Amino acid sequence: MQFDLLATAAKMALMLGIFILGVAPIMLWVERRMSAFMQDRPGPNRLGPLGLVQGVADAVKFMFKEDVTPAGADKPLYLMAPALALIPALSTYVVIPFGPDLTVSGKTVPLIVSTGSAGVLIFLALSSLGVYSLITAGYASNNKFSLLGGIRASAQLISYELALTVAVLAALIPAGSFYLPDVVAYQQKHLWMVIPQAIGFLVFLVAMFAETNRLPFDLPEAESELIAGFHTEYGAMRFATFFMGEYISMTALSMLAVTLYFGGWTLPFVHLTGWLGAIVGLAVLLGKVSLFMLFYVWVRWTFPRFRYDQLMRLGWKVLLPLAILNLLLVAVATLAGWFPGVG
Amino acid sequence: METAIFLLFAALALGSALMVVTHKSPVYATMSLVVTLFSLAVMFVLLGAPFIGALQVLVYAGAIVVLFLFVLMLLNISKEEHQHEGQTVHRWVALLGAGAFVGLVVPLIYRATQLRNAGVLTEEFVSIRGFARDLFTRYLLQFEIVGLLLLVAVVAATVVARKPPPAPSGVPGADSPVSPSLEIEP
Repeated sequence: MQFDLLATAAKMALMLGIFILGVAPIMLWVERRMSAFMQDRPGPNRLGPLGLVQGVADAVKFMFKEDVTPAGADKPLYLMAPALALIPALSTYVVIPFGPDLTVSGKTVPLIVSTGSAGVLIFLALSSLGVYSLITAGYASNNKFSLLGGIRASAQLISYELALTVAVLAALIPAGSFYLPDVVAYQQKHLWMVIPQAIGFLVFLVAMFAETNRLPFDLPEAESELIAGFHTEYGAMRFATFFMGEYISMTALSMLAVTLYFGGWTLPFVHLTGWLGAIVGLAVLLGKVSLFMLFYVWVRWTFPRFRYDQLMRLGWKVLLPLAILNLLLVAVATLAGWFPGVG
Repeated sequence: METAIFLLFAALALGSALMVVTHKSPVYATMSLVVTLFSLAVMFVLLGAPFIGALQVLVYAGAIVVLFLFVLMLLNISKEEHQHEGQTVHRWVALLGAGAFVGLVVPLIYRATQLRNAGVLTEEFVSIRGFARDLFTRYLLQFEIVGLLLLVAVVAATVVARKPPPAPSGVPGADSPVSPSLEIEP
């Protein structure tokens, strides 16, 4: 019992430390440097080598800024909203496997925090709660632009969550399990899911951008129409918390994408176990997630924003039918025995 | 440990459920409903049915209540309106609804107390596989009927939300704020 508790705490600390808390300052730097590179300007390059310490400077600045609550704001909800952005995003990583089973003092320790059978459903359930932060922030700020951002967020996130969930469902069928280590094991044994389910992955990829409010789907905070949308009235560390929440949910969804479609922490044709496998596995997962994060930045600085009606049309009339078609194809292929290793 | 978690979330569920019916602001009431649903999901997990718990959060807290909030914010209702308070018809209808609800719940509670020798839930019974097998074999008819009911609701909502046919005098496209495609039951 105590051993289990300790092991779980160690795993949580590792995941939180590497993926979650390290990601915001690094991504801040990556985003600014990469956008500068794409626009042929230097970007922040003064603080430390290549400007790497810029994230720390920004964090310090946010902490020392004055914390203002706008007049007429709904204070409890206003103060709660940034926390609501962070908590669901910070807890979704528990169902992501990040290495092979380890044997520590005679006991098997699977490298995943939660070994419950509901697996990926826990991820989807928790991440679906993230929308409340946007809604409450928009409602509580007592600002019409914030309110518009909140309304957009609620409609957008519901619309794309449906397509995302159906795509995830199809990716689980060949492995026959909601428990993500089973999905990773299937992919290591046979093939990466992105090959047979390219349509599903495409739907997932598009829905991923909409779920994290990133360009081209950042309608809830469209700065040219809504100032800053739902977080217009937030400043100082509260604004930074929204920022962190966005980066962390991007990381979480990237981890899910890597785990479902790109073999998770495993490498093709290489079977590593024990401590070496754990370290390499963690590095591989980190590398794959980093590629996704770079893709996020690349897309953001390449594509213009969608119009709201285009966004809704894409979600309901293109992505959802595509996702259902993919589910149908995968179900038929599974029944026909076209997936290797499925009886 | 389990008892402590149960007590915490039972208190949270009851307290927030009270908030749902008593709070003056509809937005606070809706947010309390989220807390209630989440606490109930924790109860399901404690009972060894994490699948139902996850679905409870995913479908109800994560989707349906978001639509409630969407409508509340679209109509911008910040305080409960009191214009119906004097009307006795509303009171009688409310009383009738409450009576019907109690009539449904009391037999359920009675049956639950009669089930003492029903046996322990097995791992096989609460697993996702067992749940799915029962749903698609034993309870298939009921499952399909519920699906049909939801379809009827979707069709009805679409009909209600549809733009009226253009009047002969030609009222130029009065665009409704809610697009029909939003009226989807998850």
